[in-house]
Amino acid sequence: MSFESAGYQLQPVLPELVLAVGAMALLMVGAYRGVRTTGLITVLSLVLLVIVGVLELTLPAGKQVTFNGSFIVDDFARFMKILALIGSGATLVLSTEFLAEPSRRIFEYSILVLLSTLGMMILISAGDLIMLYLGLELMSLALYVVAASNRDDGKSTEAGLKYFVLGALSSGMLLYGASLIYGFTGTVSFAGIAASAKTGSVGIVFGIVFLLAGLCFKVSAVPFHMWTPDVYEGAPTPVTAFFASAPKVAALAVFTRVTLTAFPGIMLQWQQIVVFVSIASMALGSFAAIGQKNIKRLMAYSSIGHMGFALVGLAAGTAEGAQGVLVYIAIYVAMTLGSFTVILAMKRNGQHVENISDFSGLSRTNPLLAFFFAMLLFSLAGVPPLAGFFAKWYVFSAAIKANLFALAVIGVLTSVVGAFYYLSIVKVMYFDEPLSQLDPMRVELRAVLAISGLFTIFFFAYPGPLVSVASAAAKSLF
Amino acid sequence: MTTWPILSVVTFLPVIGTLLIYLVRGDDEAAQRNARWIALWTTLVTFAVSLILVARFDASVADFQFVEKAPWLASSITYHMGVDGISLPFVILTTALMPFCIVASWKSVKLRVREYMMAFLVLETLMVGTFSALDLVLFYLFFEGGLIPMFLIIGVWGGPRRVYASFKFFLYTLLGSVLMLLAIMALYWNAGTTDIPTLMHTAVPRSLQMWAWLAFFASFAVKMPMWPVHTWLPDAHVEAPTAGSVILAAILLKMGGYGFLRFSLPMFPLASHEFAPLIFTLSAIAIIYTSLVAMMQEDIKKLIAYSSVAHMGFVTMGIFAGTMQGVAGGVFQMISHGIVSGALFLCVGIVYDRMHTREIAAYGGLVNRMPIYALVFMVFTMANVGLPGTSGFVGEFMTLLGTFKTSLPTAVFATTGVILSAAYALWLYRKVVFGALVKPSLASIKDLTFRESLTLVPLLILTILFGFYPKPVLDMSATSVQQLVNNYNTAVTAVKAAALLQ
Repeated sequence: MSFESAGYQLQPVLPELVLAVGAMALLMVGAYRGVRTTGLITVLSLVLLVIVGVLELTLPAGKQVTFNGSFIVDDFARFMKILALIGSGATLVLSTEFLAEPSRRIFEYSILVLLSTLGMMILISAGDLIMLYLGLELMSLALYVVAASNRDDGKSTEAGLKYFVLGALSSGMLLYGASLIYGFTGTVSFAGIAASAKTGSVGIVFGIVFLLAGLCFKVSAVPFHMWTPDVYEGAPTPVTAFFASAPKVAALAVFTRVTLTAFPGIMLQWQQIVVFVSIASMALGSFAAIGQKNIKRLMAYSSIGHMGFALVGLAAGTAEGAQGVLVYIAIYVAMTLGSFTVILAMKRNGQHVENISDFSGLSRTNPLLAFFFAMLLFSLAGVPPLAGFFAKWYVFSAAIKANLFALAVIGVLTSVVGAFYYLSIVKVMYFDEPLSQLDPMRVELRAVLAISGLFTIFFFAYPGPLVSVASAAAKSLF
Repeated sequence: MTTWPILSVVTFLPVIGTLLIYLVRGDDEAAQRNARWIALWTTLVTFAVSLILVARFDASVADFQFVEKAPWLASSITYHMGVDGISLPFVILTTALMPFCIVASWKSVKLRVREYMMAFLVLETLMVGTFSALDLVLFYLFFEGGLIPMFLIIGVWGGPRRVYASFKFFLYTLLGSVLMLLAIMALYWNAGTTDIPTLMHTAVPRSLQMWAWLAFFASFAVKMPMWPVHTWLPDAHVEAPTAGSVILAAILLKMGGYGFLRFSLPMFPLASHEFAPLIFTLSAIAIIYTSLVAMMQEDIKKLIAYSSVAHMGFVTMGIFAGTMQGVAGGVFQMISHGIVSGALFLCVGIVYDRMHTREIAAYGGLVNRMPIYALVFMVFTMANVGLPGTSGFVGEFMTLLGTFKTSLPTAVFATTGVILSAAYALWLYRKVVFGALVKPSLASIKDLTFRESLTLVPLLILTILFGFYPKPVLDMSATSVQQLVNNYNTAVTAVKAAALLQ
């Protein structure tokens, strides 16, 4: 099998091509057949994501590069793409209820999710700054619209607008950083930058700071996290689940790739930034979440904190650290999707409820739901033997190996603070008096919750595969 | 020798019981009864299987026995289980006490019985696993995993301030343990493995020893608990249901002491030697200070909780004395305290079930209406004081003996604690049991039922048996303790000799 166009190998980008063409085709279907095809398009989008995932897995093993090094497919990219596809696919599954309501039959929703996923895949495979920006913008533009997809809801449109304005600002910073880096190294490709950036001249350091600022915005790391709570709260819940999973994967992937492959020579310079951002995110994520009343806002702070933990692995700047990031983000995606499924299932008399007090006594009215959520929360807190513990194990042990003791100690201490607010939700569910019964849970929600819950609980029994795949993926960066 | 993984069976049998209880549907009377019986049978079978361990255990071998090894996280982080003379007594203590906990909760727990029994069975798995894990990561998994069921037990079935107590318990313990986790990682990168037997024979650089010792100390001192990080214990004890208090006092506290024996002493001998004065000081303070605090308590459970802290002071003192008597005494004291304090909490639970108060002032003159109870309670009180002829004496005496060799002042101060413990325990006994029965609410109180006697009599027999004949426990652990002490002393003398040469 060999595709070529204008002398470039097309095989490595085959999954992306299929996704792009497929998304356009579905858009045509929607445009000509109208809103009644919303359900069909959602299903077809899901099928498309599965096909893309299969194609990604069937690509020849090893590292492949095309478009003069702009586009890289290696084990790392494959790992992150599959994760992003899982996140997007799960989002589509979780969105069926949202889209079923007559007033909200927007077929563009699924197509926007597809396009944003396409952006993520390009972002993950980016081998130079141009491709990085291209992927980032494709992803973000689709996300801005999806955030506002609940058109009649003030909060949703506000979330979309806020996300857009701040996102545009961060894109600007990123571009400025990219141009500085180009100016001082004379190249945009990561390999070229790595070859010429051996010492941290002021110009490059400035460039890195701006570039990382833009990326921090996308992973919602402190101090560029301000948009997160508002957007998480305002956007429709399935969209929030999406924001919390797939785009985080992509942004973290490019964060890892840029720092490790473009600036290995000046690691000390960017390491300080990552250490600071990581500590600030962990601390803010755990302290600010304590006062939250709304579960979605709480999850926003939780995700800020978790990005801080994932960055602990990156701060190490080693293969172990990259492996830690990969394991962390994989487990994080599973836990987050499960948690948002629970939030989606919180429905009384046809109304979604989002306050933490609404979980009161859930263990007696809906024991299984409460049990799964409790396990997910303990896992988010990093209590063994649940999956979240292993995630923390890999990032922190990488930090210890890299002698980042202060970072590790601060990290685990903030995780204890974080445990407090996760525990307080368990407390509400288990210790408090029950409220009325929830509405019956939809089948697709049950399925997603069962998968992510069982994964979280039983990860300890067979952790080998994920860990070894992540290890291979991390090595492909070095 | 057969090949079946007997230790894993003991560890994971309770989980199977949990699954069986989960299959019991409904929350009516019949379902509750089924849940209770399944839990009881599971714990009994587990205990029976664990007795096979005793029967096949070769006390003359110092190394780990019943070893199981399987690949797990990575080539160097494995599923490695095994017991030696130090851990086996704790495994047996755990499996032996669980049926008592189930029986003690038979009537007093009426709400959400299924979940209650499931939480206890999961907890049993995690406790047995903690004592038999031979891999640091595996150990940490069991050690910390126990927080989840205990948090729920205190929080769901506890007293009025259960939320405060459960949070304090969870966060305090977690705070200590995360530091240990970092030390585990550091050890992993130092030796390339988390295998405990390998690590015991790996030399650890001096600076790492110090830091790792402190990190492990943070975790075990909280768990033990040692003064001044003991404050979570009285709260947790007071608010936990009876069986929860029993487990907490009898087994969870022992994890701290076990940790010192398993990790601190063999892996960081130099640091242990250097920090021994710190431990001695904290232990002496714990013994005297918490005994004094115990005297001022108005709540029976709180009083026993503080006395637990004092008794654990003897254990830490004995362990870090680094002598044969001290360490063996520490092990024995932990086993003895497990039986005695567990029984004392059961005794408190019995009057609490009748009167629904734990205030000392609400009782008095129980001997008039509850003669059998008075007798049983007396034996356990005396054991708590450390009266010769009860198991409490053996442990205290041996730890003091061991410490006299190493640190005279500590032993002297600790001995005064024996007198103080007599003061508060006898005072409690007089207030609750003796005197005239004048309170109208007590006028119709009933003596022990058959079920209650069933929970107390075996413990009573063990207390007196081990008081007169401690040999079974001491013999079981002797070889392993001897090896531990020898290795510790060799390491310490080697360093001293090296320092002299310079």
